[in-house]
Amino acid sequence: MTEILTDRSWLWIAAALYSGGFLFATVSLIRSKRHSNSFMFFIMAAGFLVQTFGLYLRGRAAGGCPIGNTFEILQFTTWSATALYFIVGPVFRLSLLGYFTAVFSAATSITSLVVPSWDAVRRAGQFGGGAWIEFHAALALFSYGVFGLLALTSVMYLLQWFSIKRQQMGGLFSFLPPMRALDQINIRLLATGSALLGASIPVGLVHWMGNAGYNANSSMFFLAAIWLVYTVLLILRLTNILLARRLAWASIILFAVAIFSLGTVSSHPAPRPVATAAQQP
Amino acid sequence: MSHDPTTTERPPVREMDADGSHDAGFFFIGANHHTAPLELREKLALTEKKIPAFQARLAAISGLREVVVLNTCNRVEIYGFAETPAAAARIEEDFCAFQDFPEHVFRDIRQHATGRNAIQHLLEVASGLNSQMLGETEILGQVKDAYADAQARRTTGPVLNRIFQKAFQYAKHVRTNTAITAGQVSIASVAVDLAQKIFGGLDRSRILLVGAGEISKKTAKAFQSRGAGALTVSSRTLERAMALARDLGATALPFEHVAAHLSDYDIVVCSTAAPGAVITRADADAAMRKRRSQPLFFIDLALPRDVEPSVAGIENVFIYNLDDLARIAEKNRAAREGEVARAREILREKSALLWTQISANA
Repeated sequence: MTEILTDRSWLWIAAALYSGGFLFATVSLIRSKRHSNSFMFFIMAAGFLVQTFGLYLRGRAAGGCPIGNTFEILQFTTWSATALYFIVGPVFRLSLLGYFTAVFSAATSITSLVVPSWDAVRRAGQFGGGAWIEFHAALALFSYGVFGLLALTSVMYLLQWFSIKRQQMGGLFSFLPPMRALDQINIRLLATGSALLGASIPVGLVHWMGNAGYNANSSMFFLAAIWLVYTVLLILRLTNILLARRLAWASIILFAVAIFSLGTVSSHPAPRPVATAAQQP
Repeated sequence: MSHDPTTTERPPVREMDADGSHDAGFFFIGANHHTAPLELREKLALTEKKIPAFQARLAAISGLREVVVLNTCNRVEIYGFAETPAAAARIEEDFCAFQDFPEHVFRDIRQHATGRNAIQHLLEVASGLNSQMLGETEILGQVKDAYADAQARRTTGPVLNRIFQKAFQYAKHVRTNTAITAGQVSIASVAVDLAQKIFGGLDRSRILLVGAGEISKKTAKAFQSRGAGALTVSSRTLERAMALARDLGATALPFEHVAAHLSDYDIVVCSTAAPGAVITRADADAAMRKRRSQPLFFIDLALPRDVEPSVAGIENVFIYNLDDLARIAEKNRAAREGEVARAREILREKSALLWTQISANA
């Protein structure tokens, strides 16, 4: 079947499965009914497996980690966030996290797929082609997945805060997890994301120092800046200087900035047209 | 037994056998809060000591093959399977004689049904549709206890076993597939629900009760029933605070220390009869400075209010007064009411199916 379906086709199927999860949960919520967690888990797992396969085909065709253009970066970030949902959701028993992850995964997957220019060219060895820099990029993008999930749990926190403070119960609000649980998971995700992004920076620097040609001016400094802000937020929250609600707002805004600025990472001067997996020899 | 003053009386069960005649087969007979006022239910209620003697009396009725007695604060109902109409009729006479209750009065307040209607009634009772507090879940446990008791006494057989086991299954089905149990409908339970929305598990939350009256006690019990551990009681009269604290297994705090120790608590339940505010904006501001990023939840059940309204403006402070809680309880109750017709329809299908199966096997 891999001859018939391209990697993009598999990624479309994954996006459809994520959208199916989103629609199923939305209908349940409209009917004021708690959706079946096992079905949600199943449909998200199916989407995740299909996406993994699509990214594997793309990676095999590219001969490296599939993070060579905006399309691939968004797909990889979505994949990371979804992977984390399978750890965070069951461990912390956060109701509605599956719903919010489905919203995020469906939206980012479809957006990346419907903008052709994001996948028109692919930079060969975007990060210089070395193992260190590929590792650096994969770590950094995985941390983006963590921060993506943090943005989702932050949205959930703010919705719960709004519902209690403004006395808006019922509907979606009645299924949200407790504020304290969301705050705790936010702190843990923030610590995890900061650690991953922090670890990616020295790995990138190792490569940078040995490869003067690699244009690290924008990407490395941008990543370092993002890491610094996230780390400062973590310290402020752990020392109780920053309130949970402000952390939630900051996490959403910062993730939006980080995603919006992903283009700065694509700075290699030698783009080449995309060859999908089905077109590979 | 739970009782909720915010709920309304529900209409009597429909499709009862109107003529009062007794048929053989599966039947139920009894009285409940729909038909009997409290003063009559008090006289009809079987005390724990009397139940074994009554069960023995039922066992002696010729032609009564199986029987389960459901005895709660709101109902005394006898479910049975009789070979003859006379056996079912004997129960009514024996029950009245046993309770020394006038038979003619009982006839006015009793409910009686046979066959599919009796099954429908049992399903509605087990699902909480027939409860004073619509959709409450305690009744299912009570029905299960009554059935287990009957099993232990060997007064159940193939018919009642099947009907009761299916009743438990269908009650769960209705709760899962309708919103009949959604939301809380008592003030205290709504308050506890809100606290859980903020703090999650209450075992690690510290709760201060300001006021030692009946409302405070009810709310404290609601918190304890959901796992709250650390309770402190304060009252303008220290003796009353200490008495309630003893009753609840809590600690007492002198009233004059409330403001200074406010920051130690996550949840503060106020229900004093004080003429003015007991918790001022300045008190709450000072507490929040000490609590830093930890939220504080005020439940103000007092009239006039114990907590200054401006306290609501403090970041990370949540405040609900009596009206707010009553509004949520009423909304939840209305939502449950809206589900009654759908739940009854589901149970009607189930009772028809079950009755068909039982009739076929009889």
